[in-house]
Amino acid sequence: MIIFRTILFALPLISLPALAGWDDVNMSPGATALGQEIFGLHMTIFWICFAIGVAVLGAMAFILFKYRKKEGVEAAKFDDSTFLEFTWTILFALILIGMSIPATITMIRAYDDTEGDINILITGHQWKWQYEYIEDEVSFFSNLSTSLDERNNLAPKGENYLLEVDEHLVIPTGARIRFLITANDVIHSWWVPDFAIKQDAIPGFVNTGWTQVNEPGIFRGQCTELCGQYHGYMPIVVEAVSPDQYKEFIMQKKEAKLQQAALTEKLWTTEELMAMGEGIYQKNCVACHQVNGQGLAPVFPALAGSDIVMNDKARQIEILMEGVQGAAMQSYAEQLTEVEIAAVITYTRKSWNNDPSGNAEIVAPKEILDYKTNKL
Amino acid sequence: MSAVIESHHGDHHHGPAKGFSRWLYTTNHKDIGSLYLWFSFIMLFVGGAMAMVIRAELFEPGSQIVSPEFYNQMVTNHGLIMVFGVIMPAFVGLANWMIPMQIGAPDMALPRLNNLSFWILPAAFGVLLSTFLMEGGAPNFGWTFYAPLSTEYAPPTVTFFIFSVHIMGASSIMGSINIITTILNMRAPGMTLMKMPLFVWSWLITAYLLIAVMPVLAGAVTMMLMDIHFGTSFFSAAGGGDPVLFQHVFWFFGHPEVYIMILPAFGIVSHIIETFSRKPIFGYSSMVYAIASIALLSFVVWAHHMFTVGMPIAGELFFMYSTMLIAIPTGVKVFNWLSTMFRGSLTFETPMLFAIAFVALFTIGGLSGLMLAIAPADFQYHDTYFVVAHFHYVLVPGALFSIVAAVYYWLPKWTGYMYDEVLGKTHFWLSFISVNLTFFPMHFVGLAGMPRRIPDYAMQFADYNMIVSVGAFLFGLSQLLFLFNVLKCVYYGKSATAEVWEGAKGKGLEWTVDSPAPYHTFETSPDLTKPQTNS
Repeated sequence: MIIFRTILFALPLISLPALAGWDDVNMSPGATALGQEIFGLHMTIFWICFAIGVAVLGAMAFILFKYRKKEGVEAAKFDDSTFLEFTWTILFALILIGMSIPATITMIRAYDDTEGDINILITGHQWKWQYEYIEDEVSFFSNLSTSLDERNNLAPKGENYLLEVDEHLVIPTGARIRFLITANDVIHSWWVPDFAIKQDAIPGFVNTGWTQVNEPGIFRGQCTELCGQYHGYMPIVVEAVSPDQYKEFIMQKKEAKLQQAALTEKLWTTEELMAMGEGIYQKNCVACHQVNGQGLAPVFPALAGSDIVMNDKARQIEILMEGVQGAAMQSYAEQLTEVEIAAVITYTRKSWNNDPSGNAEIVAPKEILDYKTNKL
Repeated sequence: MSAVIESHHGDHHHGPAKGFSRWLYTTNHKDIGSLYLWFSFIMLFVGGAMAMVIRAELFEPGSQIVSPEFYNQMVTNHGLIMVFGVIMPAFVGLANWMIPMQIGAPDMALPRLNNLSFWILPAAFGVLLSTFLMEGGAPNFGWTFYAPLSTEYAPPTVTFFIFSVHIMGASSIMGSINIITTILNMRAPGMTLMKMPLFVWSWLITAYLLIAVMPVLAGAVTMMLMDIHFGTSFFSAAGGGDPVLFQHVFWFFGHPEVYIMILPAFGIVSHIIETFSRKPIFGYSSMVYAIASIALLSFVVWAHHMFTVGMPIAGELFFMYSTMLIAIPTGVKVFNWLSTMFRGSLTFETPMLFAIAFVALFTIGGLSGLMLAIAPADFQYHDTYFVVAHFHYVLVPGALFSIVAAVYYWLPKWTGYMYDEVLGKTHFWLSFISVNLTFFPMHFVGLAGMPRRIPDYAMQFADYNMIVSVGAFLFGLSQLLFLFNVLKCVYYGKSATAEVWEGAKGKGLEWTVDSPAPYHTFETSPDLTKPQTNS
């Protein structure tokens, strides 16, 4: 019976890893020097613990087998041994000191928060990440790009299911990147396993982490602090590119910013706004207000048939720009451009039978710009 | 157990009242112990059903049976119920039954308080579970309820949650006062502190921990209440408050709470191992000192739950070192249990099997805990399934197995009947296999990068999650066997002797009274000042 037990016990230890490669069962070996160092520390501690585990469980298996009740064998009577207890207490202390030395060294290295060549402000929002390149004044949001059909098992799941986003965080290789991490609403946590960075994003606090990637590549991570219902749906994708490509990326972002400003001044047709608004709605709004505009009572109100959407244009603009205090609705003033906000408001005003007469007024990008200007 | 507590020994004491009023008005420690144990047994199936929903949702990638919102409600309430509704009440139930009998006292020191501390507990969980029927749904912010997710961003039912936690806390504090008073004042003559059974010692220390930290939890939820309803900003950064303060306050409660859920297990396992080894416990005094030092250390390690909040490096190092220190007294206990079995005469009845599994699997949970203590490595482990694996190893094959072991060990004493040994062993083997199948692969997916508390996951975690789910369903079903075995014992069991176990001779006062234990025991204290065979 004891042998049976030992085999059973060993079963999950041995056979499960054999089903897959080691990659699937162990920590990322790290893509950066710090990542590799923490992986090394993890393996050191793991093997020490593994050895202790094997010794203790092995001794236990031996005792269980050897001292099972036998005819004519009396149990011993001893109940104390100061020498033994003293010895193993010292032994434990020595093992722990041995473990704490490499841990302390790595800890000090991980906590280097001197300024980087490039500083990136990361802000967690329910349920997306915002990346702001502080020196270049470039800022954008990064949303999950896995389709709802994949999530609802209506389409085959891709290779990077739930680990793909619309906008990668692009960083140059060979540079020291410092991340400044905070949050806008609840606590999130920014984790990229290959960099061994996991820092909580806390409203009102700015935490730091840093990395230096030497080889180009794509690195994926996820939010690791429960942040509400879509906590599982706010992944992180970091793309390391050569410094030249990085410069180009920043240039493109800056140009796009200028173009958007020009678009605000343009005259938009209803069709153009509706087409754009539908895309914006799918990306930013369906999580709460749903595809059919019905929302999820009681937390997320319906837009279909809503009095504000149908009759109160000014209030609807205000809600999108300022968010709703004490509710899940956040401000989109910085997340979306003026054109996008105008488009999505127009879309909601003209969808789901909100506009049976077909005469509902559209919202022009200029109105959003005016709202912003008046506020100043 | 209700049917069999009545005493048939024709003594002069009045027996229990009949019907429901017996249970509602009872001040008898045995009745109240049974109430606590049945309550926790029911809650085990409630919390277990929620775990089944979680594992069904995670059986495959993709959205399966529940929405992400309901999934979070399941995760939250599973945790709350298992911690406050299963493990803690079960230990209090065992304390109620066993402490008076182990120290030779006629009852608990404060019987009416005892009744109250039990009966407000179903009220607390009634309040908590009723939130599932309310608009906005049940609490959905995790059992650790970090602000501001649990304040500004919480569903309106959070207020019910706060009151429920207050009532649970009041119940625990009253229970602890009762236990401390009983142990300090009502021991039989001759039972000095250092002669007390280890279960009594472990509960004495646990009760002090409870009194120290439950008010801290009450403070945390009161601050939440103020933030939500009265315009304060304790935890709101926008109002000048500090969301991290919540975590410090919560874990100052939370870490001792973790030991509240394991120290009584140490006591139980010590008794069972010495009985079935037919040897006295090895290193009694070092066992006591180990429990005491674990309890003291538990007050200075809380921030190891917060290595990623951005503490200064001095804080990280302090909490890393203090956490590693806990490995010393814990290691001493494991070695003492092994030494107790060493050169013993071991038999493997069901309680012993569960106790041995406890030592083995708690060791695994302890070693993964040691890995988690290493702060820089914890940056990678924190909030992943590695943590989920770790705390389930110490709570399920740890705390829960010790409770199951205790029930099998003392059930014949409580009911007067033996449980079915074949069923008991079947229950053990099914539980042992499935518990490892459930929680061991979680280490792998955690290291490979799967965060905890997510309702859906990336493709590379699919294989192990399916194994985990199968293990979980098997574990859940196996516990029905436990319920069946207890009921079978109560209604159809064979009579048990006073000593019940061959090795129980001289292993405590509870084995000197009849089986079933009479409704009132030790109305005259046993005199332990003279040497006795049973002491």
